[in-house]
Amino acid sequence: MPEWMSLLAWGDSGWGDEMVRGAGWTLLVAVIAFALGIVLGTGGAAVKLSRVPLVPLLGDVYTTLVRGIPDLITIYIIFFGGGQAVMAVAKLFGYNGYIEFNALTTGVLALGFISGAYSTEVIRGAVLAVPKGQIEAAKACGMSRWVMFRRILVPQVARYALPGLGNVWQLTLKDTSLISVVGLTEIMRQAFVASGSTKQPIVFFMSAAVLYLALTSLSNKVFGRAEAFANRGVRRA
Amino acid sequence: MIKLFDQPDNTWELIANGLPWTLTLAGSSLALGFFLAIGLALVRLSPYRPLQALAYAYVYLFRSTPLLVQIFLIYYGLGQFEAVQQSFLWPLLREAHWCAILALTLNTTAYTAEIIRGGLLAVPWGQVEAAKACGMSTWLRFRRVIFPQAIRQALPGYGNEIVLMIKSTSLASTITILDMTLIARKETSATFSIEPLFIAAAFYLVINFVATRGVMWLEYRLSPDLREAKTGRTLPDQDVANAH
Repeated sequence: MPEWMSLLAWGDSGWGDEMVRGAGWTLLVAVIAFALGIVLGTGGAAVKLSRVPLVPLLGDVYTTLVRGIPDLITIYIIFFGGGQAVMAVAKLFGYNGYIEFNALTTGVLALGFISGAYSTEVIRGAVLAVPKGQIEAAKACGMSRWVMFRRILVPQVARYALPGLGNVWQLTLKDTSLISVVGLTEIMRQAFVASGSTKQPIVFFMSAAVLYLALTSLSNKVFGRAEAFANRGVRRA
Repeated sequence: MIKLFDQPDNTWELIANGLPWTLTLAGSSLALGFFLAIGLALVRLSPYRPLQALAYAYVYLFRSTPLLVQIFLIYYGLGQFEAVQQSFLWPLLREAHWCAILALTLNTTAYTAEIIRGGLLAVPWGQVEAAKACGMSTWLRFRRVIFPQAIRQALPGYGNEIVLMIKSTSLASTITILDMTLIARKETSATFSIEPLFIAAAFYLVINFVATRGVMWLEYRLSPDLREAKTGRTLPDQDVANAH
């Protein structure tokens, strides 16, 4: 058995199971952060499309700041400053204890915050892509705002937004590697620890690359399926 | 690397000392990557199947894995090979900043190649036919007709890539490069204040703002055909009619 295979063996003798568990953490952080990002993105799109004066400006500030600052800095700010901010709020309610975000919370909050900014732009574009006539027709049918939102807007926005959200997902998935700097044992952290203790960086960073490749390729397929499903009623030229 | 402030008086000056690294990393990898990307895009569009596949594999691999993996593979991984340690490249590759530039360049090449490929594909075929009809050689056709239009088409996408690369240079801080990110992080760890991180963020925002404005200006300069003509329009219609 070649050396690299025994290094990646399953169980106590090798790092195979640890690496795969790392991939599990990567996937978990990415999924929660992406979901959080869609929630923030929907809110952000609503804010940016608001007709109330000055409100869209808030959305602009959010997307411009997050997309103009390196993700690593955003992560550090939330890692070092998140606990402080929560402590300051807790103090107002009379709680003086020490609060610190753990690695998972930091990762999910930071990546959710970042992907939310990108999702905002994607969802905003998708909402604008829904033809005006659809809304007018819904109103003419006497739909309430909620029914119109649920039956007319959401299905069409989802269709237009899917390709863009697929990109945001890929971005979020790859960004999870940055969370290793705050100590979450996802793929990158695990590979770093393993290569440090075995002095075999090529083996472990290569297997990290392969794991990321597998995750991105598989999720690409899932998004392809989802797009096909969302477009099932659309006639192609 | 040059130091802007020998004895930094405040946090702003301290962070500013990392600015040369950020600009050097972004500038050199973008410049190198741009030329490599033109080559890669042309290979990707070449009629030779094996070459096409090779170029596609390169693009696919670099775009599907995080930049951090690529940086670590080059910085920690390359030294593991005897051959690399014996080669003439070793004095370069054992330096963290050359590893960072190499990783950033290889990464941006993959993304930029796709942007340029999109630009090349967007040039209308009629333009190529017209150039052929004028008797232009392949090289002349590329230089005078295809490439200028492709670059114009690719510019908005390339502007995004520039911003992404400026942001990506912050990852070099993970392999000991003292750029703005690492200085800010160290200062934050030392003082328990997140002010340095906000200052670094402000620096990045300003650089990105300037970069996007630059690209917008270039886009404006390169598309005179899409602008309204400056002369004639300012005259009232009456005067134009009278002039004839």
